[in-house]
Amino acid sequence: MNWRLFAPVIAIVVFALLWEAVVWVNDWPNYKMASPSDLGPAFWKFRWLFLEYGWDTLWRTVAGLLLSVLVGLLLGMIMGLNRTMRDALYPLLVGFNAIPKATVVPIIALLFVGAHDMNTILIAFLISFFPIAVSVSIGLSTLEPEYRDILAALGASRFTIFWKIALPKTLPEFFGALKVAVTLAFIGTNLMEIVEPHGRGLGHLFDSGKISADYPLMFAVLIALAVLGILLYYVVVVLERIFAGWAERSPT
Amino acid sequence: MDTNSPAGVQTQGPEEGRPVGGQPPSDALIDIRGVKLAYETKDGRLPVLDGVDMQVPEGGFVAVVGPSGCGKSTLTRLIAGLLEPNAGEVWLHGERVTGPKSSVGMAFQNPVLLEWRSVLRNVTLPLELVAPRMPKREKEERALRLLTLVGLEGFERKRPSELSGGMRQRASLCRSIVHKPEVLILDEPFGALDAFTREDLWQTMQKVKSEEPFTGVMITHDLRESIFLADQVIVLSGRPAFTQFTMEIPWKGERDLDLLYTAEGAEMLGELRDQIQIAQGRSPREADA
Ligand SMILES: Nc1ncnc2c1ncn2[C@@H]1O[C@H](COP(=O)(O)OP(=O)(O)OP(=O)(O)O)[C@@H](O)[C@H]1O
Ligand SMILES: [Mg+2]
Repeated sequence: MNWRLFAPVIAIVVFALLWEAVVWVNDWPNYKMASPSDLGPAFWKFRWLFLEYGWDTLWRTVAGLLLSVLVGLLLGMIMGLNRTMRDALYPLLVGFNAIPKATVVPIIALLFVGAHDMNTILIAFLISFFPIAVSVSIGLSTLEPEYRDILAALGASRFTIFWKIALPKTLPEFFGALKVAVTLAFIGTNLMEIVEPHGRGLGHLFDSGKISADYPLMFAVLIALAVLGILLYYVVVVLERIFAGWAERSPT
Repeated sequence: MDTNSPAGVQTQGPEEGRPVGGQPPSDALIDIRGVKLAYETKDGRLPVLDGVDMQVPEGGFVAVVGPSGCGKSTLTRLIAGLLEPNAGEVWLHGERVTGPKSSVGMAFQNPVLLEWRSVLRNVTLPLELVAPRMPKREKEERALRLLTLVGLEGFERKRPSELSGGMRQRASLCRSIVHKPEVLILDEPFGALDAFTREDLWQTMQKVKSEEPFTGVMITHDLRESIFLADQVIVLSGRPAFTQFTMEIPWKGERDLDLLYTAEGAEMLGELRDQIQIAQGRSPREADA
């Protein structure tokens, strides 16, 4: 028996049973609180919407995330390799990051009315590039001079040093930040999907559930979001194993 | 103090009495002349080197000792072309050093192995730059030969994190000579190792030198290490440093550790210790006796 697989399954089952019991004991009706046994029918009833909107949410999040990896890497490189740029950009970035993104959502939604895909991707990006930029810049700027020197002494270009040493060396930090970013981007996507009228995506489905007080649907969306979130997170974990697995110390 | 600087070569030339792109001042492979360097820091100018002279003939091995913080690492960075002196010149093989050259190999106290590469691929790293066209198999054969030479055969597929401190330093040594550099610069390579491991590595170093001849400069804090490995020991003064003292080591070729415990060895060590005391601004033993 594989306990590492079995234990979480038991935990989930126990959790669902407790939830079901609480609803049953209090005798809550469907418009007050959903129970796990309501979720199946809700999923079935809206199965095509779940697939379609689930796909929307997924690809928008991934697109936003890719954008923030690109921009985050770029900003991180600029700040990590150039002191003046770091001094100049850092306060700006911190200030930007301090703005609660929930306030940016309506602004963007109003700015580009109707451009659902773009708005959603934009928010997912805006909310998630900061940790990547910061971790990459810190990783690069704290590179010990000897690491640079082993190649610099051979006349290597700055790009070669970056490519062969600085970049691989910051990969563990990068993936640490990416794990945070993936969660943030997912939040961003859903915020926008909920706020935008006539939108698509799981966030929109949630909003429709809310309007018609369809608790089973709302909870079904939450479960679907949790599954998507876990999926995205573990994709990052797998990528980390592949590209930065060397940083993991074997237990001794 | 200066050994082989033919007089007369230093005369012509407009700047500082020496030609800039012309003749080297001597036939020494490493030739350092009146080098001065100051760092610009937040608290102003920090003069670190103030007139360092040093000549190393081809195949020679010079040890540089001096008080902590006197500028020894700075000197290695000047030889490697990673820094430019404010005054004076550094010549390598008849060419004035103005920037990094692939004919230099470097190793530091911190072995700085790349954790994401195997030991073998760490050693081949310089070849990727210096000889990009060399077939991969050839690179790996060369690396493997060196790893065997330093006693690391069987560890080539391991990650650096699986090696002990002494083994990492051996791998780092292999990496610094894999591209057959004309000049090997070692900055306290064994400084972080315990005494037994260090003596082991001295022997390895001798073996490497006889199999893979190089011209070298080694910074060290260990006077016994300096006389055991080097042909010449140079003592730098306290900061700002100048060449305070030069000692020729009469021992040739591969040496035995027992030499360190002979009267001759003890005498040289005593002399160097006195010089270090002077460099630290204290009077030597004889004076306070
Ligand atoms: N990049 C730098 N910028 C400013 N000051 C520096 C820099 N590098 C070294 N220094 C200063 O120059 C002096 C000489 O440094 P260096 O590292 O060359 O000494 P060292 O002889 O190698 O010392 P140690 O024996 O402790 O290794 C020190 O006072 C150090 O603080
Ligand atoms: Mg030093």
